[in-house]
Amino acid sequence: MSNRSKELTGNRERWVSETLNPALKKSAERAESFTTVSDYPIERLATPEDIAGIDPAIDLGMPGEYPFTRGVHPTMYRGKLWTMRQFSGFGSAADTNERYKYLLSQGQTGLSVAFDLPTLMGRDSDDPMALGEVGREGVAIDTLADMERLFSGISLDRISTSMTINSPAAVLLAMYLAVAEKQGVGADNLDGTLQNDILKEYIAQKEWIYPPRPSLRIITDIMGYCARNVPRWNTISISGYHIREAGSTAVQELAFTLADGIGYVQAGIEAGIDVDTFAPRLSFFFNAHNDFFEELCKLRAARRIWARIMRERFQAKDPRSWKLRTHVQTAGCSLTAQQPYNNIVRVTIQALAAVMGGTQSLHTNSMDETLALPSEMAVTIALRTQQVIAEESGVAGTIDPLAGSYFVENLTNRMEKDALRYIERIDEMGGIVAAIEAGFPQREIAEASYHYQMQIDRGEKAIVGVNKHIAAAEQEPHAIPILKIAMSVEREQLDSLARVRAERDNIRVERALVSLERAAAGTENLMPHILEAVRSYASVGEICSRMKRVFGEYREQPVL
Amino acid sequence: MTTATKQRKIRLLVGKVGLDGHDRGAKIVARALRDAGFEVIYSGLHQTPEMVVNTAIQEDVDAVALSILSGAHLTLLPRVLALLAEKGAPDIALVAGGIIPDEDIAELKRAGVLAVFTPGASTQEIIDFVRGQVHPRRD
Repeated sequence: MSNRSKELTGNRERWVSETLNPALKKSAERAESFTTVSDYPIERLATPEDIAGIDPAIDLGMPGEYPFTRGVHPTMYRGKLWTMRQFSGFGSAADTNERYKYLLSQGQTGLSVAFDLPTLMGRDSDDPMALGEVGREGVAIDTLADMERLFSGISLDRISTSMTINSPAAVLLAMYLAVAEKQGVGADNLDGTLQNDILKEYIAQKEWIYPPRPSLRIITDIMGYCARNVPRWNTISISGYHIREAGSTAVQELAFTLADGIGYVQAGIEAGIDVDTFAPRLSFFFNAHNDFFEELCKLRAARRIWARIMRERFQAKDPRSWKLRTHVQTAGCSLTAQQPYNNIVRVTIQALAAVMGGTQSLHTNSMDETLALPSEMAVTIALRTQQVIAEESGVAGTIDPLAGSYFVENLTNRMEKDALRYIERIDEMGGIVAAIEAGFPQREIAEASYHYQMQIDRGEKAIVGVNKHIAAAEQEPHAIPILKIAMSVEREQLDSLARVRAERDNIRVERALVSLERAAAGTENLMPHILEAVRSYASVGEICSRMKRVFGEYREQPVL
Repeated sequence: MTTATKQRKIRLLVGKVGLDGHDRGAKIVARALRDAGFEVIYSGLHQTPEMVVNTAIQEDVDAVALSILSGAHLTLLPRVLALLAEKGAPDIALVAGGIIPDEDIAELKRAGVLAVFTPGASTQEIIDFVRGQVHPRRD
């Protein structure tokens, strides 16, 4: 032990005996132990001893430099604020188009498309399983005609678009490319992100079509195609968001997301694509829950772990391959239906954590999301929340201001260590696909989610308005206006799909689908075939069901 | 044996209808009800109303508890009620949970849904409800 660290230890011990213990004797603390939202134990006081093992040059680095703990850009928000990107989509393509134009006029800087459940599952609006779901949780897209309406009057070379779509991602990307063609915008001029993260679907979000292995083949086809033709497109947004929403802890979110990332990189390399051609286009998507420090430390740890994995494990040479760029969304599962206005405050804390954690883009949830899809008023407050943080709070003026905090650096280290332990276990199981097939992440999440609910039910974890500080029924401000989706949306969408089917060249459609099916059975890249099918106005359901013939369908063994 | 004097355990089907993949709540409720001593069958995801009703009848349950967070409740739940009646099991109670606005709750109750639990409901509340309001259909 060096003299310096002896001195620090001595100082702490002296404080404990001279100051702390007498105070504790007089009045005990509020609880015997304190934990984060994820039930991570936290100490009373972090001290210089807690960061004694950190070498700032190696473990933190400088902004824009390996291992990017302090951020992926050299100037961070001094250069450019994060992208304010509100996820949005409901009803028909025309309804959503109107909301997009509104959001862009209010200063939003990127679009983020929410598709309805039938689209997410690769089914058409007239599929029997789509009953009651058309346009309800997102926008209904059946054919290119819908996609043309969705982006009508919006120049695709002027915006960046994120599309939350996974199993049918290749089809929706092809539709976006086809709309760009019609607008005369070259594919090399397109900016955007495809979620395209099928692994977390099996783990958490549960919107799948095909089994894991053929799904990975489609993903590597997209990575290969985009590397050649759509160079600025982010091909996968590796998502912890849904893992967390499904009830995981922060560390599990961190670990399983990065393990998914490792799975994609591995698949790309095995498909023969050079790691440095696709890795720079991988991006991430994390959750921001209520626990301020846990969330920002999670993001700092994520960047450091990813940088080291990419450089050391996968031998990536291009520094862009080492950077974990991420989108963050505040935690939907943290919002309460009780006293919904309180959600504005929760979202503010969560958004601030995301910014202090160095996110590249951010979605702030609307206060009414436990009741319905957001109303225009609610989504405007959510966007304004980001604007207040950006323009008024002062936090965007200096880079990674919490670095060096005894508590923050120590918590970052602990979360990193625990996440790496999970990743090691997954490696021992044979990688993430094998772990998913064995139900491992699913079981860990179900366990954590049940544990958390029990803590809430027993009052061990407080939720204001739900199990603490409950308002009397008559004080409960329920009457916030909520968005209603007209029942007519489904009818109109079915009519419009029928019209497209009647008017298109059905011989061209069939020819495209046959060649797609043949390509799926072989090994050639599927993207050109999907593009041709989309251009011929084949529907999402028609394209996906042809591939299903070759790839089969995924069935889950539910884990309680 | 005293089977005649002892009521059989309440049997419940906890399920997810439609394409909605949000199964966190349904799984927690299924597990909490099982831990509370009920017999619980969990349907898994992506069930149609027909599948749910067939399972409910085959498994001879006393109540069906369906979770919907996709907004399809006004279409799917009345369909389940109609199918239960059609297949001669109108006495199987239907309970719902999920993201369901207040005014829709009133409509669902008028249609015959016994209760609707929304975000913030505790598992204890749900257990107490089942104890008090769900009865074995026959011994």
